[in-house]
Amino acid sequence: MHITLQQYLIVSALLFAVGLLGVIARRNLLVIYMCIELMLNAANLALVAFSRFTNNLDGQVFVFFVITVAAAEVSVGLALIVALYRKRQTAHVEDLTMMKN
Amino acid sequence: MQDALFYIFAASTLICALMVIGNPFSRNPVTSAMFLVLTIASLAGLFVLLHAFFLAAVQVLVYAGAVMVLFLFVIMLLDLKAEERRKVKKFGIAAGLVCVGAILGILLASISRTQFDVQENPLLEGGTVPLGSLLFKHYLLPFEIVSLLLLVAMVGVVLLSKKDLK
Repeated sequence: MHITLQQYLIVSALLFAVGLLGVIARRNLLVIYMCIELMLNAANLALVAFSRFTNNLDGQVFVFFVITVAAAEVSVGLALIVALYRKRQTAHVEDLTMMKN
Repeated sequence: MQDALFYIFAASTLICALMVIGNPFSRNPVTSAMFLVLTIASLAGLFVLLHAFFLAAVQVLVYAGAVMVLFLFVIMLLDLKAEERRKVKKFGIAAGLVCVGAILGILLASISRTQFDVQENPLLEGGTVPLGSLLFKHYLLPFEIVSLLLLVAMVGVVLLSKKDLK
């Protein structure tokens, strides 16, 4: 029995679900950021699998761009978290309610 | 052989991803970061099984290398001891499970019901030469724009990390 596109897509969907669960359930900003990375990686896996099984290299180029943009996004996001921590001394989303009321 | 490797890498990807979000032994962000490294390494293995060799190398270099070092540096800068003392909110986890279960159900149903028009024996090789020629011929403009994006991100980070942020 050979591994098909469906199996790769199922792994990708499960990985995306795990990342989404982390974003919803965890309360630490850094862990939420890591879970966003997990979701991006799940999308990358689906793109590479499609690219392989449809004989089209464009998907892999797209994944290359996604990885580059994700690196830029992580650096800016972590700088924002550090700036926030300097001001509020916390990296916990439940303490960051200054826009409420 | 390849099938067995697929199952090993897929299982290790999913188990390590679960450990990132909910490690039963430790709620320290450093542990999460280490399991994220393992997840990304297993994903690189899956990329190799899909013959995307260049992307597997980039995945290890950029994600497991650069991005994770950045994460660990920030964890080191922040004092996150308070995280371990906090209680887990049961309601948040239940709501998250319901949402995620619904989305996962939709995704899996649509995957299983779609007839994909795929090759039985794919011949595609994602090596450096075919990917590079595509990147520098057909996708040259997006490639240059990405370099601009990285420059903007760098300037933004330098500005954000200044001491007297207004």
